[in-house]
Amino acid sequence: MTEAIVEPEVLEPIIARYNGDPGNLLQILIEAQNALDWLSPGTQGFIAKSLDIPVTHVAAVVQFYTHLYDTPRGKYRVLFSHNITDRMAGSPTLMAHMLKRLKLKRGVVSDDGLVSVGKTSCTGMCDQGPALLVNNRAITRLTLRRIDEICDLIRARAPLANWPAHYFRVEDNIERADMLLGSAYAPGEALRAAIACGPTGMMAEMKRSNLRGRGGAGFTTAVKWEACRDAPGDERYIVCNADEGEPGTFKDRVLLQSFAERVFEGMAIAGYCTGARKGLIYLRGEYTYLRAPLEAKLSDFRRNRLLGMGICGVPGFDFDIAIHLGAGAYVCGEETALIESLEGKPGRPRIRPPFPVTCGYKNQPTVVNNVETLCKVTEVAIHGGLAYAGTGTRQSAGTKIISVSGDVERPGLYEYPFGVRVSQVLEDAGAYDAIAVQISGAAGQCLTPQEFGRRIAFEDVPTSGSFMVFGNNRDLFEAALNYAHFFEHESCGFCTPCRVGTALIARILEKIHSGHGARYEFNELNRLHQLISTSSHCGLGTTATNALHDIMTKFPTVFDRRLIRRDFEPGFDLDAALARAREVAGRDDANAHLDAHLGEGVDA
Amino acid sequence: MNMRPPMKKLKVATASLSGCLGCHMSLLDIDERLLELVKLVEFDRSPITDIKSCGPCDIALIEGAVCNSENVHVLRELRRNCKMLVAVGACAVTGGLPAQRNRFDVGEILERCYCEMPGTQSKVPDDPELPLLLDKVYPLNEIVRVDYFIPGCPPSGDALWKYLTDLISGRMPRLDYQSFRFD
Ligand SMILES: Cc1cc2nc3c(=O)[nH]c(=O)nc-3n(C[C@H](O)[C@H](O)[C@H](O)COP(=O)(O)O)c2cc1C
Ligand code: SF4
Ligand code: SF4
Ligand code: FES
Repeated sequence: MTEAIVEPEVLEPIIARYNGDPGNLLQILIEAQNALDWLSPGTQGFIAKSLDIPVTHVAAVVQFYTHLYDTPRGKYRVLFSHNITDRMAGSPTLMAHMLKRLKLKRGVVSDDGLVSVGKTSCTGMCDQGPALLVNNRAITRLTLRRIDEICDLIRARAPLANWPAHYFRVEDNIERADMLLGSAYAPGEALRAAIACGPTGMMAEMKRSNLRGRGGAGFTTAVKWEACRDAPGDERYIVCNADEGEPGTFKDRVLLQSFAERVFEGMAIAGYCTGARKGLIYLRGEYTYLRAPLEAKLSDFRRNRLLGMGICGVPGFDFDIAIHLGAGAYVCGEETALIESLEGKPGRPRIRPPFPVTCGYKNQPTVVNNVETLCKVTEVAIHGGLAYAGTGTRQSAGTKIISVSGDVERPGLYEYPFGVRVSQVLEDAGAYDAIAVQISGAAGQCLTPQEFGRRIAFEDVPTSGSFMVFGNNRDLFEAALNYAHFFEHESCGFCTPCRVGTALIARILEKIHSGHGARYEFNELNRLHQLISTSSHCGLGTTATNALHDIMTKFPTVFDRRLIRRDFEPGFDLDAALARAREVAGRDDANAHLDAHLGEGVDA
Repeated sequence: MNMRPPMKKLKVATASLSGCLGCHMSLLDIDERLLELVKLVEFDRSPITDIKSCGPCDIALIEGAVCNSENVHVLRELRRNCKMLVAVGACAVTGGLPAQRNRFDVGEILERCYCEMPGTQSKVPDDPELPLLLDKVYPLNEIVRVDYFIPGCPPSGDALWKYLTDLISGRMPRLDYQSFRFD
């Protein structure tokens, strides 16, 4: 490999724009890679020197994030979304087709250094898949023809800016709108309503609303805000969690694309109530295309005095928002990993307590809220806490947006008051032959048709908002295998149960997949499930085997059918494992072979 | 007079596949408890007895990883004949030290050793008596069903003693944290 030439004239302005602050290391690396295609040792060394940090810190960050590259990956870096719904929509065939057309192997750069093709976790385009990313830009609704066109554009070295704009169109697909998606927006209305209540009054409304977080855990938002307000600190921060990495979830993408103003107002109101003056949006790298429109809207907000100093003319109400990008790491959706990532470090979950509300970003009191939660804040401000609490169920107030994908006629977003039955959602989306619904992404539950009468609410089936629907010709084993690969890939590696456990799960499922499975493997999976779910450090590990366990227990035929061996056998061909030694020793005698099975008789 | 019929002694087989016999040395480290052990069990095939092939047994203790075809045969023989099979030590549990060769192509390793090193003849031995190397070094549980695993390189004599006495008395074997803490 030739030592890449460092280009100070490219790197210096980037570093300057981020004030040479090591806390912005991740942002600097992302921009450097956009400009240079990869982060060579020279580039990393230059950045380390400029920021006055050890080069190993830089390397640690580069190696942590899947979408940062320390080896060249070509001018065009194509990544197919590898989620189960993309696979069901035909993504493996499309990827094979592209590899063939470009005469490439997966993950290997073309000889001329032009292009590489690989896989990535769910890109959040599940309602309009199969999808891929090329240099972090999403292309949806792939067909064989579009793959051909893309290959031609790549071969012609056409700059992405000149590719047909409709490739990059991302639709909202709002199929059912309610409180949030169906209401008109008037700029500043929510903020002014909050200001009319005063900070304590607005906090009281939040309490009355009983609004709970939409990011998964369902924590009561007012409690979180109060804890942050009351914690000692020099600065406070409001963080919007827009990492949306849970496979099958895409509601936050739509909210940031078409409802961003409400997110901003929700953050500013959170600032108003807690005394925070700074907001940060952590935007997953897959949604980079949203950054420019978001920045433009933020400028509008500042111009209209809805952000900045003295918001709405209220002296002392200062609040502004900055956007940080992620770079391909599902674990960064976990709030403490997200904070580490905001600080420019590898996104490894912190030990809790202390919780972010007392010790978060830069060790200051920090509120982390999901995009949807922050939108709901504006409803509380406008309609009051009591009115808000009037919809939904007792423990789950308000409405919930559900991202529906998979075997349905109308994939997209469906907003309902909490308490809606699973069967209602399926009917509205046109799922006529569902054999299973995976709720809340790969980390959630897998429901059987007998459970379709259950309700979406924290007191019954909680969800961060995704429904992946499986029709009657689907094999749930494929889903289990897909989730296993997802978690193996996304485990941050910090703790052993998750790092090793997720890999063992994947190997065992692969073994069963290749026809070598016996009861033994099934028991091993159960044992590993118990171990990983009880001894992992963060929520990624503790939930990684939920869906697998559901499939194993609620859909017994899925595994029974595949556990075809009477007793344990190796997952590979033992005789073939001797082939290389046979070859170099020039042997082919009887002793140079092993039979595949343990057998009843005596070994040779 | 003791009227109870004497409890039938359990039969134990042990083997070292591709290991260093360190785990067996550790078994000898139970010192005077060896005398107690032979009251409870009878050794079948084992480097301790020098019996070369094993009959029906209750417990198999196996150290070392699976590196070659002979290891596979021995391991299968023990699996067929023993009710309980225990992987003893890092090599048996994970591949351990021998698995360091897994980073290399086995053909290249053989050629380097037998053809390229000074003083070698330029030929990989081809005697049919010699076991052939597997492409990779495997832990026991990739070749046969394994019932129990004892970690350590080697596990301490105390750990082995605890494990064995638990097994012999029909308890679920348990090691406390101290006995597999190595730092
Ligand atoms: C592995 C993992 C991934 C997560 N991903 C997200 C995510 O993408 N978006 C999100 O809002 N919350 C995510 N969470 C939950 C957050 O840790 C946190 O609870 C949430 O952002 C709090 O916001 P809320 O109170 O508004 O729900 C994730 C949690 C875990 C354990
Ligand atoms: S559970 Fe997994 S993702 Fe979480 S800290 Fe441990 S290794 Fe990392
Ligand atoms: S585990 Fe250690 S002591 Fe036991 S055989 Fe292997 S190298 Fe020797
Ligand atoms: S991006 Fe395709 S399923 Fe999520």
